[in-house]
Amino acid sequence: METERGLRTRILPGLTALTSRGLAGWMVVIGLGIVLSIVTMTLIAPWISPYDPSALNVGPLRSPPNGEFPLGTNHLGQDMLSRVLCGGSIMLQVSVLSVLLCLTVGVPIGLISSYVGGALDKTFSLIMDSIYAFPGMVLAITISAMLGRGVINMALSIAVVYIPSYFRIVRSHVLTIKELPYAVAARSIGAKGDTILFRYILPNVVPSIVSVATVNFADAILTAAGLTFVGLGVTKDIPDWGWDLTDGRTLLPSGAWWVITFPGVMIVLLALGFTLIGEGLSELLNPRLEQ
Amino acid sequence: MGLRSYIVARVLLTIPMIMLLLTFVFLIVRVLPGDPVLLHFEKAASPETIELMRQRLGLDKPLIDQYFEYLAGLMRGDLGKSMQDFSPVGQQIFSAFPATLELAIYSTIIAVGLGIFLGVRSSQSYNSPQDHSIRVFGIVVYAIPIFFLGMIFQMVFGVFLHWLPTGGRIYPGMEPYGLIMGDQYISTGLYTIDSLLEGNVFKFFQTLRYIFLPSLTLGLVLCGVFIRLTRSNMLETFRLDFVTAARARGLRERTVLYGYAFRNAFLPVLTMMGLQFAVLLGGAILTETTFSWPGLGRYLVDRINFRDYTAIQGDVVFFGLLVALVSLVVDVLYAYLDPRIRL
Repeated sequence: METERGLRTRILPGLTALTSRGLAGWMVVIGLGIVLSIVTMTLIAPWISPYDPSALNVGPLRSPPNGEFPLGTNHLGQDMLSRVLCGGSIMLQVSVLSVLLCLTVGVPIGLISSYVGGALDKTFSLIMDSIYAFPGMVLAITISAMLGRGVINMALSIAVVYIPSYFRIVRSHVLTIKELPYAVAARSIGAKGDTILFRYILPNVVPSIVSVATVNFADAILTAAGLTFVGLGVTKDIPDWGWDLTDGRTLLPSGAWWVITFPGVMIVLLALGFTLIGEGLSELLNPRLEQ
Repeated sequence: MGLRSYIVARVLLTIPMIMLLLTFVFLIVRVLPGDPVLLHFEKAASPETIELMRQRLGLDKPLIDQYFEYLAGLMRGDLGKSMQDFSPVGQQIFSAFPATLELAIYSTIIAVGLGIFLGVRSSQSYNSPQDHSIRVFGIVVYAIPIFFLGMIFQMVFGVFLHWLPTGGRIYPGMEPYGLIMGDQYISTGLYTIDSLLEGNVFKFFQTLRYIFLPSLTLGLVLCGVFIRLTRSNMLETFRLDFVTAARARGLRERTVLYGYAFRNAFLPVLTMMGLQFAVLLGGAILTETTFSWPGLGRYLVDRINFRDYTAIQGDVVFFGLLVALVSLVVDVLYAYLDPRIRL
């Protein structure tokens, strides 16, 4: 007879592997759970929202949570529950886009620059270090203010801030790996530069890139929320947690806590989910850190 | 290499970085799609008005001339003129800077103090429930948008409990004078210090009440990094022989922790303070906006709402120079404390 544990391993092999590895494994599982729930919620939101999230005056103005409006209404009489259910789409789009941009720009530049070395590497490193040293929020705000509104522009201004993180992690790994015996051996048997780079070095850099990218999702979400807060969000017409939080600030003196609390908690959960996955992964993929 | 030559080398290294940074800001504001003057008027101005504005700001010249004028201006400490009223941007930044500096100082104290304390506690109880909860705390504060945390504090301590003010630096009209010498004032612009110089304890407590929530907000969000760093450094240090030796000599645990192990683990914390300064400034923008704190960050957001691109450029350049200066100071301090760096 199969034990319960054996059965679980057969159905969800990865899950048991993760949860049997202590706190780090649990962090990944919980993080994944949070993120997947929020993504699912955002995808099915149009069908499960009780009201049109943008419709005005569906209920009384600034009504606290009650039976009909479980999360209350805002100063425009919009239903907060519908807004919370639908409000994740812009943040998810912006964060996915910006992480993709970072991956497609930061990783190749890091690989090539550190493998080739010399003046090319020096130039790229100087540029990337200058961007890296600059306050990220200031940079994102400035670029965003110049480019104007829109999901793509927002993702672009966030990507510029975080590309150096990818560049640096890839570069430091390549510099170590290319001197390791197996890479030297590959060179000595006549492997070409791109073969060594993509088939020997890249696979060993991937784990670090994955954990950087996951944590970066959280950074992108928080930066996007910050951009919205200073008035550079996408547009007021689309329900967005960032906008609701920004709008809710004017309602603070009236004590309408529900207008900011629910969208704010959603942003925290989403960012927390990604941070947990990233932190957990980096610990699992870097056994050196465990004692 | 002696300390002096290290400093010289480090300063020389900063120059290309600053040049790059200045060029980068220029490129963003002047070259990225989106003409600052057109954006300023939102296309609702006659061609003559637009042309006049370009002339007054020197934006009608070729880009390369603009670039060198911008650099030459910076050498003289001229950060350009505001598009709003053509007043010098430098002066406005100069008057907003102390507010940001004061906020930065207090939030760093909170972030580093709390981070070290929790980090040491966490490492001390490695792999226990206390260790886990401190680590989770560090991750959660990292994931909270600064302005959301600020608004919760405003709501709880300001709106519901009425304990603390929710915005501003001090009650209007109560600004401290600083040191009074005859009919002259010597003021630092840091209200907590100015009120003490003035000898006014009441004002001092008022300024503390006003600065408490903003610096707690910013400090909490930043403390996660310091918790993690202190924890991992302490765990590494615990394995070293000198800690075991100190324990073997029967020293009190607190002396071993703070007098021996922590002294060794502190240098990386110092470097991290330098690295985190940029993050701190970014967080300050959001904190200042939340708490109506009249510093550089709120100035930036204000100027963005007025579409005042020359002022934005000046403010961003100032932020960049500030970060470069702080990282220079931290590196020199680090070299002074750890002679191995100078080798």
